[in-house]
Amino acid sequence: MVASVKHTLVALVEDKPGVLNRSASLFRRRGFNIESIAVGHSEIRGLSRMTIVVDGASTAVEQVEKQLYKLVDVVKVIDITEDRMVSRELALIKVSATAAQRSEIVQIADIFRARIVDVAPDSVMIEVTGDEAKLNSLLELLKDFGIKELVRTGRIAMVRGTSEAVPIDEESVQKIKRRRKKTKTEK
Amino acid sequence: MKLNGAHILCDGLVKEGVEIVFGFPGGKVIELFDTFAHYPQLRFVLVRHEQAAAHAADAYARVTGKVGCCVATSGPGATNLVTGIANAHLDSVPMVAVTGQVDRGSLGRDAFQEVDITGITLPITKHNYLVMKSDEMAEAVKEAFHIAGTGRPGPVLIDVPSDVWVEQSEYTYPEKIELPGYKHKLPVYPTQIKKALKAISEARRPIIVAGNGVIISNAHVQLKELAEKAQIPVVNTLLGLGCFPQDHVLYYGMTGMHGMAYANYALNEADLIVAIGMRFDDRVTSKLSTFAPRASVVHIDIDPAEIGKNVKANVAVVGDVKEVLTALNKDIETLSHGDWLKQIEQWKSDHPSHEIRDTDRLLPQYVVRCISDVSGGDAVIVTGVGQHQMWAAQFSVINKPRSFVSSGGLGTMGFSLPAAIGAQMGRPDETVWSIDGDGSFQMTLQELATIAQEKLPVKIAILNNGYLGMVRQWQEFFWDKRYVATPIASPDFVKIAEAYGIEAMRVTNKADVLPAIEKATNYDGPFLIDFRVEPEENVLPMVKLGSAISELIEQPKSEVSTW
Repeated sequence: MVASVKHTLVALVEDKPGVLNRSASLFRRRGFNIESIAVGHSEIRGLSRMTIVVDGASTAVEQVEKQLYKLVDVVKVIDITEDRMVSRELALIKVSATAAQRSEIVQIADIFRARIVDVAPDSVMIEVTGDEAKLNSLLELLKDFGIKELVRTGRIAMVRGTSEAVPIDEESVQKIKRRRKKTKTEK
Repeated sequence: MKLNGAHILCDGLVKEGVEIVFGFPGGKVIELFDTFAHYPQLRFVLVRHEQAAAHAADAYARVTGKVGCCVATSGPGATNLVTGIANAHLDSVPMVAVTGQVDRGSLGRDAFQEVDITGITLPITKHNYLVMKSDEMAEAVKEAFHIAGTGRPGPVLIDVPSDVWVEQSEYTYPEKIELPGYKHKLPVYPTQIKKALKAISEARRPIIVAGNGVIISNAHVQLKELAEKAQIPVVNTLLGLGCFPQDHVLYYGMTGMHGMAYANYALNEADLIVAIGMRFDDRVTSKLSTFAPRASVVHIDIDPAEIGKNVKANVAVVGDVKEVLTALNKDIETLSHGDWLKQIEQWKSDHPSHEIRDTDRLLPQYVVRCISDVSGGDAVIVTGVGQHQMWAAQFSVINKPRSFVSSGGLGTMGFSLPAAIGAQMGRPDETVWSIDGDGSFQMTLQELATIAQEKLPVKIAILNNGYLGMVRQWQEFFWDKRYVATPIASPDFVKIAEAYGIEAMRVTNKADVLPAIEKATNYDGPFLIDFRVEPEENVLPMVKLGSAISELIEQPKSEVSTW
């Protein structure tokens, strides 16, 4: 079986200064080709969740996983590529638009269930979520109007169903809680 | 109990069993040094350059198995540690480095002697800490020693802003470590043990490549048991030297770029490599695509990331080497590989790389062998980096673990002298020989002062050939003998030693080698010998660049005779 080229890794990391730096530095020095990385809070306080997209064609994904795991602040790493997952990305797109072009752009945005979030005399800003393919097709259609500015968040992903995709043992959760409690009482 | 940051650190060091701290003072650690006065249990060793503090702590850790400790001030003090920290990182040496930092209010303002040392050392430490409050200190120290010394060991750095030294906080030393992301005790899977046993029992031409992991894990007894039960020949990586008795019938020397020819042939022809606590470094494998083409691989290592990193493992056994070997030994069958061993013996007699050319000239290899003979294989050998390092590895007999100290991964010239300080302090009752080159020695020779001040009976052998010999050798073989920047002038090393108050002599004749070594060995105190060796002697065998390990440049046969 040939795995899809783009791998989605999820890493749970301790919410500490420097943890993103440690991961990013690791990717750079080991020559890992990272397509995107998105970080934010997870459901467990004290733990952040990273979604990392790796190009499996140019990078040994297993090495990324194992090397990440060696970082002391990284609690869990899992490759969810083969799982049934929902993966999303958010983009804000500022498109050149004369008054005459505006309605056509709105129509295109509607098809993609994107929203117009700002309108200026010569441009509109579109907010869109979806997987990379959807975002890429929308961008393709908007290209001819002229894309003045673009920002994408990178992929975030979650496995469908009730099972925990990123199982984390109770002992680790307790440890994180105790660590948080300690820093709190100290303050 | 309320204590300030400096006291909390010192108390933590004592609780972690630290006895010796190597270091150098400076503006941002004055408070810490003042506090050392209250802790007579901590012997402080003043080096002459912070790099030496890191190397000394590194070697101390290697020869004792304990966590080494070094201290430096902020800025240049911290950056001077960097080479030493990287060295420890690449050779998996447990070490805790403590650095001072500018006060918290000045952080990030390019203050005097400010450098982002946690940023700089991020890729060369196992973990590091910037302790921003004194009440984080106890935890940081406890965790640092735990992380440095467990699992695959490595250096950990603790950076402390100067005002944290004096900040008081409530202190209890933590009993437990709460590190959810640090899982160093990985279970050894019985299924993998079974697979490994099967692979070993089915192999007809197996070979064990034993590395530093065997030494770190204190598994030399278990290794011997496995090799003897299964009758598998053993070869070493550079850092594995000493983990298997070298007078053993199953021992076939070091493998790799300057390995014994027969060790490399054996790897090349083997149908199974049992790789134990080693990481398939390029100095072992040379060209990966042609490495051990007939062999499947059982890879035993505590670091899962090493499995499959360079060489594909057919059977991966992740775990502490000692635990894994103990499990293997429990169920290993008694095997015999008579034909295979006979074949390797044949290679050994046809290609006797361990023999020294018969000549009246003063060969560096001869010096190394004499040192080894005089000490009966019981000395701790500490090398720098270069030709002398390889000769020391090829021609010393190292019969016990933690007795060959060398910079393997980083290849740090100048390692030997400061490392000899740490080795001697870790093993005060044993003979420590620093085998160095004239180039390597000049990188850190200021440490003669530390040796003199601490009255350490280190014996120093400089294999002085007037060249940066390893580079010269490459220039000879691959760059048409254009010796650019490799002829190196040296000061009079005997006078230098004498200026530092260290006994010294020069040896220019082969006949004087043994008596000089005996004199140095019996001398009560440090002793330096400047051996003026054959200038253009080469380290052989040598794997041809970009070739398989079986393609070797060897010593011409006619010149070889049993020494």
